[in-house]
Amino acid sequence: MTPHVLTRSLDRGATIFLAVVATLGILIPLSNLLLPAGSAFQVPTYLVALFGKYVCYAILALSIDLIWGYCGILSLGHGAFFALGGYAMGMYLMRQIGSRGVYANPILPDFMVFLNWPKLPWYWYGFDSFWFAALMVLLVPGLLAFVFGWFAFRSRVTGVYLSIITQAMTYALLLGFFRNDFGFGGNNGLTDFKDILGFNIQSDGTRAALFMASCLALIVGFLICRAVVTSKLGKVLIAIRDAESRTRFLGYLVESYKLFVFTLSACMAGVAGALYVPQVGIINPSEFAPGNSIEAVIWVAVGGRGTLVGAALGAVVVNYAKTFFTSGVLAPYWLFMLGALFILVTLLLPKGIIGTFHAWWGVRNQRRLTANAESAVREDGVAEPSMAE
Amino acid sequence: MNVMDTRATSAMLYLDGVHVSFDGFHAINNLSLTLAPGEMRAIIGPNGAGKTTMMDIITGKTKPDEGDVLFDGVTDLTRLDETRIAELGIGRKFQKPTVFESQTIEDNLLLALNVDHRVRGTLFWRESKSEMERIERVLETIRLKDARNRLAGSLSHGQKQWLEIGMLLAQDPKLLLVDEPVAGMTDVETHQTAELLKEINRDKTVMVVEHDMTFVRELGVKVTCLHEGSVLAEGTIDQVSSNDRVIEVYLGR
Amino acid sequence: MRRLHVFRTLLALALISAVAVPAFAGPFEDAVAQFSEGSFADSEEAVGKLAVTANPMAFTIISALQDGRLYADSDAKKVYLKSTDGKVTDAVTGAAVGDLPDSASKLRLNNKLRRAVDAALGSLTLLSPDAAKRVQAAQAVFKSRDVAALPIIDGALKKETNPAAKKAFAEARAAILLFSPDAAESDKLDAIATIRAKGDQEALALLSGLPGNQPASVTRVAASAVTSIQNNLALWSAVQNAWYGLSLGSVLLLAAIGLAITFGVMGVINMAHGEMVMIGAYVTFVVQDVIRTRYPGLFDYSLLFAVPLAFVIAGTIGVLIERTIIRFLYGRPLETLLATWGLSLVLQQAVRTIFGPNNREVGNPSWMSGAFEIGQISITNNRLWILCFTLAVFAILLAMLRYTSLGLEMRAVTQNRRMAASMGIATSRVDALTFGLGSGIAGIAGVALSQIDNVSPNLGQSYIIDSFMVVVFGGVGNLWGTLVGAFTLGIANKFLEPVAGAVLGKIAILVLIILFIQKRPRGLFALKGRAVEA
Repeated sequence: MTPHVLTRSLDRGATIFLAVVATLGILIPLSNLLLPAGSAFQVPTYLVALFGKYVCYAILALSIDLIWGYCGILSLGHGAFFALGGYAMGMYLMRQIGSRGVYANPILPDFMVFLNWPKLPWYWYGFDSFWFAALMVLLVPGLLAFVFGWFAFRSRVTGVYLSIITQAMTYALLLGFFRNDFGFGGNNGLTDFKDILGFNIQSDGTRAALFMASCLALIVGFLICRAVVTSKLGKVLIAIRDAESRTRFLGYLVESYKLFVFTLSACMAGVAGALYVPQVGIINPSEFAPGNSIEAVIWVAVGGRGTLVGAALGAVVVNYAKTFFTSGVLAPYWLFMLGALFILVTLLLPKGIIGTFHAWWGVRNQRRLTANAESAVREDGVAEPSMAE
Repeated sequence: MNVMDTRATSAMLYLDGVHVSFDGFHAINNLSLTLAPGEMRAIIGPNGAGKTTMMDIITGKTKPDEGDVLFDGVTDLTRLDETRIAELGIGRKFQKPTVFESQTIEDNLLLALNVDHRVRGTLFWRESKSEMERIERVLETIRLKDARNRLAGSLSHGQKQWLEIGMLLAQDPKLLLVDEPVAGMTDVETHQTAELLKEINRDKTVMVVEHDMTFVRELGVKVTCLHEGSVLAEGTIDQVSSNDRVIEVYLGR
Repeated sequence: MRRLHVFRTLLALALISAVAVPAFAGPFEDAVAQFSEGSFADSEEAVGKLAVTANPMAFTIISALQDGRLYADSDAKKVYLKSTDGKVTDAVTGAAVGDLPDSASKLRLNNKLRRAVDAALGSLTLLSPDAAKRVQAAQAVFKSRDVAALPIIDGALKKETNPAAKKAFAEARAAILLFSPDAAESDKLDAIATIRAKGDQEALALLSGLPGNQPASVTRVAASAVTSIQNNLALWSAVQNAWYGLSLGSVLLLAAIGLAITFGVMGVINMAHGEMVMIGAYVTFVVQDVIRTRYPGLFDYSLLFAVPLAFVIAGTIGVLIERTIIRFLYGRPLETLLATWGLSLVLQQAVRTIFGPNNREVGNPSWMSGAFEIGQISITNNRLWILCFTLAVFAILLAMLRYTSLGLEMRAVTQNRRMAASMGIATSRVDALTFGLGSGIAGIAGVALSQIDNVSPNLGQSYIIDSFMVVVFGGVGNLWGTLVGAFTLGIANKFLEPVAGAVLGKIAILVLIILFIQKRPRGLFALKGRAVEA
């Protein structure tokens, strides 16, 4: 990446965000590892894992914001890319178990032994190597997004139609991964992981490292997104979001822009999933459930779409609320709250937290902020400006 | 240069025997029309005469059921999509001003510049002096220099029309299709727009669709009147406006 | 009705002639008396003799023996029959006896005797006065191919007047002859023809299992019969799949039709549509619950109450949703999608809170239960009713759109919202009513779906994606598109299922739809022209 891309992408908000993430990414693991347990400032290990999960969600939210906030593509199937990345990582972790499984088979994971599979299916080859798995984490979601997007964007499927077929996509994958003969552990999914890169996956040190890695991924993902949206390509994306047809008449091949940003976004979601799995210790088909994907969209809406920072913030805020409410006496009411959140945010807070904050804070940096935040509330590409006589 | 070229190959835009129907409704019916290079043509006609649909066909938005559409004498436009046609050098201004409202005026023009439109080109794009100068010139022409950092959405209706014409200029096409450029403009603005179009016409071919007859008269160019998807009359403004059929279906007595 | 009556009379006459055997001293009395000897051998002989008397009591007596309700007094040479409700009669005369004498003892069975009893009962049922029982018995013989039954079958066949029973007898006879080593070749050929005409899985199994030592002509004819039956069965299985497909299609149509209206008119994707279906199903549950506890006699009419009630309740909720949420989101379809998704979560949780998370039981009225057979396929009544009901709803809706002023306004708004508004149509009123109508129809769909699906808070979710697929596939703004879309997807699904399995079939359908949208992004029956873009 050339330096001018980098300098352009760092405005004050972005710098503050990066500083906060970096600080937390260092302080939390240090406090967990160095301070004595029980100290008021010591972050317990379970919280490190919980925060790590939030950070992964934040990356997922970022990837959704990139396409929805800036290009008007509302994917209701991004959970699928997240889960595919997670499965790729899960396959690596399964292979690392080796003969420590219940059936002590050095090659086959337990569920394959249980199902009497004679040998490893071909698509499991190579997953004993971390780097191969890491490549697949990017490649598999990216390839699916590319193929899917190539079909969808080329035939100009837009707006709610696109949303619905992305939902159908993740639904189809959900059905598929539930099947035992798909070779991904059926409805139990992949779990009972032992170690990652030779380190015990349960140990405090590994957890702290995974948290740091997640923060690093968030930082890198954020920088990539910023670089994209502050480039001229970002302007084209916004142009597509606001007036797709007009953009075509200026000579832009809208499909290839959408395809680029959709694929990039899917790769990011895959990375988020890959970091998520070792921290929660399991990946199963329920990650493909359409409800998960649409819930991720609401994180972005809560934080403020078209702001990137807002997406990450929204993911953390909503998930913290979820953790808080579902663990207490209010648990039966959580779905009421989540449902109400969907309704209230779209009705009363269409710009989200960050967007509303910007609008309220003033117009000091009006040019960039409004370009990014306010307009996100406009037409979603379905209602093309009319060209009727 | 062979002076004996047939009309079809020497024309900037050549439509012959074009038909389009939507669910049985004949929007364009055996339409034939020719624009010479460097010509400016005004298109008039009642609502539903097929003016916008004709522009849709030229720009690749709508595919004709039959007929030939040739650009610059050689390129068959019916086989191309909007993007390719735009890249060939056909620019279009929409009836309802369509600018990128959430972006600044400068960015609107920047997006319109006919430079590398591929993904990689825009991702690694850097401001260049020549591009800035071109934007500067357009801003001057459309009189929006002081408003360059304002959001396009905050412009008045007339200013948006001008911005869109400015985007056409930045696109630097060979052929401009301009759909109702003066709708919603004051008389002064209308006059200025006519001047602007005449200026543009010095080195570009222009097709203007407009209902405002004063404006059309001011342009002082050949006029084509469309009705029910085909050409009803063609000639100078005086010839066309005295045509009985034109008066009957369009101008009124 | 009249024809049935005549048929019954004929049957009665036939039975009288068949069983009018004198009840005086004769083979029957002798046979029964032999039971009093008490030995297994005597009992067996008695059973054999009794079976051929064709006396109406024979069946009762032998089944009493089977059940251990037959008692013998070897000293008094008496045989007593104890009926299932404990009354004791003299087996020979049928006269009532107060109590069993102490000297009487229960007749016991050994395995040999038990087999004789079974065979006797089998052949006696062949002569049973109940035609259905005769058919059953004949079918049993068809499977067992018991040569011993041949004389009875031959006899019965001559007298038989009931067409179903006659056919069954003929088939049973054919089966016996075909497998009998000493049957004539011509008999066997006839038998194959009969079995070929039967044409079902059993016939196929029978012919395929034919022993090898047959005359060449028999083998050849049998082989051709096998092919013919296989073709026939393939055809029927296609018909069966088509029926399943129609049935699934009707369910999809019912679920999607309301969605098609709201999406078509307003461009609004209502993610809470499935929950309206769910609410309709719960309305049915509540209606049935009230009827069960207060007016049990009305149970068969419960759906008649549930349908209008579900329409009104779901419709009212729909109007409320439109007025409080959706109308603020017009022109922002993607956000409408999110808000209605949130709404669906709230509605689901509300129902879960009120009715609990588990399935609630909704019963079929008697007229909807049961099944009947056409050729080789079986059709359940509730599925048939739902198909008819769906088509009725569709027809009513179509008529409503065509002939009422609301319908006219809705069509106008669908085709060109701005034009309709400028013509003085109160588009916001049309929107509210349309949404109410769409939701109300979803409620009705819920009533129907409660008859074939589990009524739980998740009921709606399982339909929402399928419904969208139908609408997208069929094309927006055209109810016929929805109809064709629903039935196409339903039938395609059911034809893919046997090939690919249920899950892979579903995945294949989703992939096919995604590919289909490539070709026709706006569905099968899309509106065309410039208005669509607006």
